[in-house]
Amino acid sequence: MNERTVAPGVRLGRASFVWRPWMMVVTLLLTAAAFVVFCWSIAVGDFPLGLPQVIATIFGQGERVDEFVVMDLRMPRALAGLIVGIALGVSGAITQSIARNPLASPDILGITGGASAVAVFLVTVSGGAAATIVSSVGLSAAALAGGLGTGLLVYFLAWRRGIDGLRLILIGISVSAVMEAITAWLLVSADIRDVARAQAWLVGSLDSRSWSEIWVALWCMLALMAVVAYIAFHLKPMHFGDEVAAGLGVRYSMVRAVLLLCAVLLAGVAVSAAGPVPFVALVAPQVAMRLTRHPTPPLVASGLVGALLLIGADLVARTALPVSLPVGVVTAAIGGPFLIYLLVRANLRRGM
Amino acid sequence: MGTTVEDPPAPGVTETRLRRVTGLGALVVLLVVAAVVSLAVGARALSPVEVWHGLFTAPGADQRLTEITLIVQTVRVPRTVLAIVAGVALGIGGALIQGYTRNPIADTGLLGLNAGASFAVVSVILVFGLANPYQYVWFAFLGAAVAGVVVFGLASIGRGAGSPLTLALAGQGIAVFLAAMTTAVALTDQASLNALRFWNAGSVAGVGFDVIWPVVAFIVVGLLLALTTLPAVNLLNLGDDVARGLGVNIALTRTVGVVAITLLAGATTAACGPIAFLGLMVAHVARYLTGPDYRWLVPYAGLLGAVILLGCDMVGRVVVRPGELAAGIVVALVGAPFFAALVWRGKFNAA
Repeated sequence: MNERTVAPGVRLGRASFVWRPWMMVVTLLLTAAAFVVFCWSIAVGDFPLGLPQVIATIFGQGERVDEFVVMDLRMPRALAGLIVGIALGVSGAITQSIARNPLASPDILGITGGASAVAVFLVTVSGGAAATIVSSVGLSAAALAGGLGTGLLVYFLAWRRGIDGLRLILIGISVSAVMEAITAWLLVSADIRDVARAQAWLVGSLDSRSWSEIWVALWCMLALMAVVAYIAFHLKPMHFGDEVAAGLGVRYSMVRAVLLLCAVLLAGVAVSAAGPVPFVALVAPQVAMRLTRHPTPPLVASGLVGALLLIGADLVARTALPVSLPVGVVTAAIGGPFLIYLLVRANLRRGM
Repeated sequence: MGTTVEDPPAPGVTETRLRRVTGLGALVVLLVVAAVVSLAVGARALSPVEVWHGLFTAPGADQRLTEITLIVQTVRVPRTVLAIVAGVALGIGGALIQGYTRNPIADTGLLGLNAGASFAVVSVILVFGLANPYQYVWFAFLGAAVAGVVVFGLASIGRGAGSPLTLALAGQGIAVFLAAMTTAVALTDQASLNALRFWNAGSVAGVGFDVIWPVVAFIVVGLLLALTTLPAVNLLNLGDDVARGLGVNIALTRTVGVVAITLLAGATTAACGPIAFLGLMVAHVARYLTGPDYRWLVPYAGLLGAVILLGCDMVGRVVVRPGELAAGIVVALVGAPFFAALVWRGKFNAA
């Protein structure tokens, strides 16, 4: 536990990395856990299936009936949970790394606020333009456009000879505050039935996802992850500060700009697939950091924790709870206390 | 203000002090003016003479004068007093929470105070069916206080008063959990949702003196506690080790500080609802005006908070006549773009 040896470096051709067995083990365990929960979430339902059946069906060896239930009925929902979880986890890890602030999350970069304001506007304002927009492009798409628009607005407002972490966050908080105020204003002046509908949308949910929506989200996420994976090699030196990073040959301003853009877009993907699920992006990187005992938010593990959290919460919401609650509520109710548990445990260990 | 950068190097101590005192005086004058204007502005605009009459004449035979007296004494005076008190409390609370967590994006809601108050409000509505805001003010305060105590307690387990990072994260954890519970209740119970949406807007209107005086009492206690810790906060910002070396009792200072923040922000939230963003914004502007010395920063933050909240309340009274816009909404709508512009111009890089 208290070994203070330097972790050995490993070089494979042109790529090199630090060999951290504990982190590898935790990441593999998280992957396995995410896969099991993913399959379990498909297995549970009105027509229960066994885990082996589900796994066989996923790999194309199941019966016709199972295939219909798994692939057509339940897969979109489970996949949506996976995509949203990974996207939010990675997005949060990037934001917290670059801001070097554990309180930063893509929620405060404006995506969530903008999407919520647009959605609440469309739900509560009945009449001409709003109704036309909802019927032609759909509520989720309009909200996504609002979220991305706000996110990019924050991004470009914060652009002044490159992106500075604190400036981006402070501007993000300001723009989010405006959006939240608009949302609050709309809610106060609306009819209470509309408010209930808007509130349900505001917490995010995985209900009634279709394959067409999922495909788009999936490909977007994979493309963004490829960019992140490519550029993330430059992220590590940046934890030492801009000067050190520059000395090590990292073009930090470019890396930062690209990564933050990816974070904004990843959060947008999540909003498109599930609505503004709050808190995952905030909690997942902190939990992943503590599980892997890594000093900075690890990208892969954060995504996995996010996925685990979201699919697990969805599972709990569907099976264990007497009332049906949207997944966002359950995610927060599980994620918050788990983070506290990790904090207290770390404190107790250090206190002895 | 814009010329501070071009000041001659190292101005003398007396000069700096003079400038700070002058600024403080200007803020006080501004606050007094705003308070007087606040008595006159509203759905029924009053002239200065009418305000004077309304304040100091007893209800008499004259129908019109009685009406004015009623407006001034039961509507305008309470909301003006509350806006000042709440603004001071939130401004100082915001400056302190940033000092104690050493985090420039910490806000008064960070310790779970707002989430605790909101959760208390929806649960008492669900359980007891309370309909009147007067009835749940004290539950809200209780909720905020319990949340603050739990957060600080959890952050302090094992190591004495917790590190700034643990405190901030534990606050986030609890706030996340409570917000989820609040949403869960609001989604299942329409009466709670209805109360919650008005509560969340954050307003200084419609609260009587029977609520304001106890709130003021809590806030005064919080202020006194806060003032005693200010020199120590300066040292804490040099790092725990340096502060300990210079003789600061870290655990005691943190505990007193968190109690003060809980009293200030909790009591305000109970009376007005969560007014987000004010504390954060004011703390940054004050730090820009005074520099990092908390003995000056905190008074500036308090006065700025009062001026801004009072001003926003006045704006909210006139922009959507005959209706009103809650002060909490105006603070974000008006203050945030202004704040963003300051951030963009690079005013807060030293924060």
